[in-house]
Amino acid sequence: MMLKSLALLAAMALGTAASAEEMKMAVTTSFANSGLAEVLLPEIEKDTGITVQLLVVGTGQALTLGAAGDVDAVLVHSRAAEDKWLAEGNGTHRREIMYNDFVIVGPSTDPAGTKTATNATDAFKAIAAAQAPFVSRGDDSGTHKMEQALWKTAGIEPVGDWYRSVGQGMGAALNTAAGMNAYILADRASWLNFGNKADLAIDFQGDPALFNQYAYLPVNPEKYPHVKAELVEKLEDWLVSDKAKGLIEGYKIAGQQLFVFNAQPE
Amino acid sequence: MVSTILPLTVENIALRRRGRRILGPISWQLGGTGITVLMGPNGSGKTSFLRAMHGLERISDGRLHWSAPIDQTRARQSFVFQTPILMRRSVVDCIAYPLLLDGVSRRIARDRAAEAATQVGLAAMLDQPAQLLSGGEKQKLALARALVRGPELLFLDEPCANLDGRSTSDIEKILLAARDAGTRIVMSTHNLGQARRLADDVLFLYVGQLVEFGPASRVLQTPATPEMTAFIKGDLLP
Amino acid sequence: MNDIWQGLAQAARLIVARDADLIEIATLSLQVSLGATLVASLIGLPLGAWLAINRFRVRRVVIATMNALMGLPPVVVGLFVYVLFSRSGPFGVLGLLFTPTAMVIAQVIIITPIVASISHQAIRDLWADYHDLLISLNASRTQRIKALLWDGRRALMTASLAGFGRAIGEVGAIMIVGGNIDHATRVLTTAIALETGKGEFGMALALGFVLIALAVLVNLTVHFLSRTERGSRW
Ligand SMILES: Nc1ncnc2c1ncn2[C@@H]1O[C@H](COP(=O)(O)OP(=O)(O)OP(=O)(O)O)[C@@H](O)[C@H]1O
Ligand SMILES: [Mg+2]
Repeated sequence: MMLKSLALLAAMALGTAASAEEMKMAVTTSFANSGLAEVLLPEIEKDTGITVQLLVVGTGQALTLGAAGDVDAVLVHSRAAEDKWLAEGNGTHRREIMYNDFVIVGPSTDPAGTKTATNATDAFKAIAAAQAPFVSRGDDSGTHKMEQALWKTAGIEPVGDWYRSVGQGMGAALNTAAGMNAYILADRASWLNFGNKADLAIDFQGDPALFNQYAYLPVNPEKYPHVKAELVEKLEDWLVSDKAKGLIEGYKIAGQQLFVFNAQPE
Repeated sequence: MVSTILPLTVENIALRRRGRRILGPISWQLGGTGITVLMGPNGSGKTSFLRAMHGLERISDGRLHWSAPIDQTRARQSFVFQTPILMRRSVVDCIAYPLLLDGVSRRIARDRAAEAATQVGLAAMLDQPAQLLSGGEKQKLALARALVRGPELLFLDEPCANLDGRSTSDIEKILLAARDAGTRIVMSTHNLGQARRLADDVLFLYVGQLVEFGPASRVLQTPATPEMTAFIKGDLLP
Repeated sequence: MNDIWQGLAQAARLIVARDADLIEIATLSLQVSLGATLVASLIGLPLGAWLAINRFRVRRVVIATMNALMGLPPVVVGLFVYVLFSRSGPFGVLGLLFTPTAMVIAQVIIITPIVASISHQAIRDLWADYHDLLISLNASRTQRIKALLWDGRRALMTASLAGFGRAIGEVGAIMIVGGNIDHATRVLTTAIALETGKGEFGMALALGFVLIALAVLVNLTVHFLSRTERGSRW
């Protein structure tokens, strides 16, 4: 009796077959957390008939999945890593789509005094000087890479009790920062969508150095013949269309526009 | 019933465990008919000897010689353990189990098991879980299970150890009936009265050695050895 | 504490409204975990019984390995299965990565040692109990195994349910090999991880309560179907 019902359920589990117009795209946690995907995906499906299955991972893992041929395209935001990935022959090209920006989130009282900093590097210097608690993603994500670049420009090697590398996604890292009342570098979208802000607030923002360029990278079909190159191309055309521009720039959280569309026509 | 597996010749068998000889060397012949009662103090080797003959113990020296090929002897004998081993099944299913092993259909096996249960006075609890029976009821169940295949040879290890007078006499009646039907019985007991009531022969073990063997009337009246004499008188043995 | 009440209320709301996403996610959770439990039982139960009644040379090694595998972190299993089924891996051509099938495979690896280990222990104890009797009754090897499996069925069911419990609550491995793709491979545990990441603790807790309810429901159903509560000992 038990075996029969189990067998039935197992058969059902294995029967979940893929439909024809599906493709997989690895995106970063910050993009998924922005909520923009939920606006775009239904429209993509309506206009092109493509069901885009999102794998939400860090930039490092997204590029690894692409390099292994496990996804058809990648949407990430880490220029240096993207160029290296392309140079290794993993993808066909890089298409810039849009950008958003990072913000320095921290205790609303701003104990390190970052609010008065003139640029992002100075804000980081102030945090290090005050030894104020700082949470780092530490997961090789685009956000993590941006953070490391800022420390480098500031000429600081972040070590010590105040610097906590959590090795987790944006949301989990924000949860940690909220729990510790610590500073953290976050993308604006994740921050605005984050539901557990506690005593945290945006302490520093606006430096162009904090802009965060998203790029679309199709996986190389010569390396992996099974990738759905045709769907990938269709999706790219849609992503750079005026329809996409309207949806991306019209997407707001708490009245704030998050993304600036900057795709160039070919 | 004509026995096909007896006589059994016990040829100089000895059991060694953990570097100690716990039984033997013993030579003996088990044949004929009737009930042989094994007696001896605690630890003298009664259980070991019965289990060795039944094939449950690894024999260190010597050998057993059956009158039938060894693969045919097993199915024609049964054993009632000192502490009953009961399967996690109902009373009737426990008794029916040996018949199922022989390929008897489930329905017939259960009918015959119910009959056997009735004979030992368990008719009222056929569908009860066997593990819930009282100590005496468990012994009766084990006896019914041992008899259900109609064995030629039946070993019993202190079958009445925990039973009251009434149950003891029930079991003795069943054993006598089985003997009269031709089953050869070898059993151990500490109960001298029981030995007097049941035994045709008595075999006396002392520190793993066969000390005395003979017709019950002779051994129990006029023992030939000081050990048996002392045992009957209830004296502590040195 | 407040979060917990919110979570409970949220869970109730989702269930009453028969939220389509919730039903989809919960159904997939059940399918994957029950599928894995079925496969793991088909492998683990006979393996456990076999190990319990047979003496062979590498038996100790097999049992030690099995016990060690029980402590394997799911993430490691997930990575292992990912590497095998990645397009660039040995089984890449099957295209199973990021499908429910891959999730079942990962969970089978995780829970089979548990199922085998618990059934091994149960059958070993029962065998110690029955050994002399079954030898005395001249039961053949097959008859012995049948008797042990039948009389030990309740313990074996417990072994399977323990495997199911581990499977339905597992997140590390299926996150990696399933990918937590919405409407494709998202299950309760990965959805919980996602909501927690977003700081949506209320929703995460609500899904957690649904998960607990589901696990309890499956256990009760199995017990009811097998009528094991009838009779006090087995
Ligand atoms: N496997 C074993 N390893 C070591 N010693 C053993 C083993 N089995 C039995 N013995 C020893 O052998 C001796 C005989 O044991 P056995 O059980 O045959 O005695 P018994 O006559 O049946 O005693 P009782 O009247 O108490 O039932 C005892 O001293 C016992 O401790
Ligand atoms: Mg004894």
